[in-house]
Amino acid sequence: MKRIALAVGITAVLTIAIAALLINIFERKQEGRNAFFRVVDLDDNTDDPAVWGKNFPLQYDSYKRTVDMERTRYGGSEAIRQPASDRDPRDVVSQSKIDEDPRLKKMWLGYAFSVDFREERGHAYMLIDQRETERVKQFKQPGTCLNCHASTYTFMKKLGDGDTFKGFERMNQMTYAEATQGVKHPVSCIDCHDSQTMQLRVTRPAFIEGIRNLKGDQNYDPNTMASAQEMRSFVCGQCHVEYYFKGDEKRLTFPWHKGLQVDNMLAYYNEVGFKDFTHAESGAPVLKAQHPEFEMYSQGVHARSGVSCADCHMPYKREGGMKISDHHVRSPLLNINRACQGCHRFPEEEIKARVEQIQGRFIESRNLAMDALMELIDDIKAAKAKGATDAQLKEAWAMQRKAQFFIDFVEAENSAGFHAPGETLRVLTQALDACRKGQLALKAL
Amino acid sequence: MTDKGKYLPWLAGIPLGLLLGVGLFTFGYARGHSYMTDDPAACANCHVMNEQHEGWIKSSHRAVAVCNDCHTPPGLIPKYFTKALNGFNHSLAFTTGGFPDRIQITGRNARVAEGACLKCHADITDGIASARHSNESVDCVSCHRNVGHAH
Repeated sequence: MKRIALAVGITAVLTIAIAALLINIFERKQEGRNAFFRVVDLDDNTDDPAVWGKNFPLQYDSYKRTVDMERTRYGGSEAIRQPASDRDPRDVVSQSKIDEDPRLKKMWLGYAFSVDFREERGHAYMLIDQRETERVKQFKQPGTCLNCHASTYTFMKKLGDGDTFKGFERMNQMTYAEATQGVKHPVSCIDCHDSQTMQLRVTRPAFIEGIRNLKGDQNYDPNTMASAQEMRSFVCGQCHVEYYFKGDEKRLTFPWHKGLQVDNMLAYYNEVGFKDFTHAESGAPVLKAQHPEFEMYSQGVHARSGVSCADCHMPYKREGGMKISDHHVRSPLLNINRACQGCHRFPEEEIKARVEQIQGRFIESRNLAMDALMELIDDIKAAKAKGATDAQLKEAWAMQRKAQFFIDFVEAENSAGFHAPGETLRVLTQALDACRKGQLALKAL
Repeated sequence: MTDKGKYLPWLAGIPLGLLLGVGLFTFGYARGHSYMTDDPAACANCHVMNEQHEGWIKSSHRAVAVCNDCHTPPGLIPKYFTKALNGFNHSLAFTTGGFPDRIQITGRNARVAEGACLKCHADITDGIASARHSNESVDCVSCHRNVGHAH
């Protein structure tokens, strides 16, 4: 009897195991088929990503994950708890960069960034973090700011009666407080995709104008003339760029008229006589660099090799038998297997070590340049206190303007030097040279 | 008593037969027989190897080597031992999940592939090897990466 029971038991377990394997194989075969179910109709006015998510649940699922806050060795945001209040409803924010490095605060004295500047968080936070920053709450900002902090495509269309360029102009001239009422979502599906074909497309007028100026061809249309691979960077370049607000109409403008390198942009700003602010201590007319990831990446070896932003920041991932772009946009260092190992056949630890070596060298050089800038600002301040005239300070001011813009350019650029290591160090060397020349100019007084 | 003894083999046989039947069906459904062959399509039965298979179709080695020529060692027993070992590891990984999207070759399999390079190209690589210690491997694919297949 016992033997029979044992035999039955063993047979039953084996049968269960084989049946389970059979079902698993069946499921794997099913997922090997590319299934797409259109459950909702999308049109050119559907700005809610959750609606797109019904047709594209895998992409939507990863898109939602940009709420993650995870550090790498030299970058990324850290979640810091704070009590939510009427003034700031967020109970989690990221670390304050101006507290972390007071030199940044000193560099920006006289500008809103010296009041509040935190580490950037993932795409999911772009709108709330802009609405709640002291830079917007304590200072009057234009609607232009929204261009890159919200899904503005449908809003621009509405404002311009179907013409996004007209809507863009109107949005720029609104106040931030007014404009932000008109948007609901952070960057969303419709900002980069055509709702009918899912093809990538550029929706931001500022990028279209910028790339036309860069190419010197006012008829250039990225949406019809750029390659698919170019588009995988262009959609990111709609926002991850250096920019300024041009004129009284606060037109969002990318200073690409002379080229994408920082020197070209400084030359452009000098030519049009633009300054972001007057430095509170030195009196120099200075610039604030934004986040020129697209421009810096363009100077690097990955760009030269035809690698796009999306290749590393939204690498293909396998979902069953399907390959989809990972819409959890993040540092490749948090996703080394998918982001790097398709091309680089080295263990993850080795790849990470290589990147951190580049970034460590950047941090060291950046700190030296930053110290030099602090000394230059102090020296100009001292010269001013001793009664140096504006005319006498002109050369030192110009050098501060250059050094500060160059340092800020690689500092604001969100890769700690990785996007273009050689170019980044060249820019810092130029900045150090400018500090030296600025101090020499003061010495001659 | 005699009656019972008469039916016992049937009672025991039916469930065992069911087990065998389900087992055979699963084997057939999973195209188990294809793994005994040298057909490269068998290696892409599960879609994980699609890119490698497609890469091989477009590679220079397509005309002279199939998967097993490079990824299994020579000799019937080493060959089928390697097939069984990898077959088990791959099935386990694929069934349970949790393997990296960009699959990485293991040390043992890399040595098998390296051996396969030398199997055919020893004549022209003798000079490379003679200048090194005998325990130093050269790792052909660190430079000739895409000769077998891209990815």
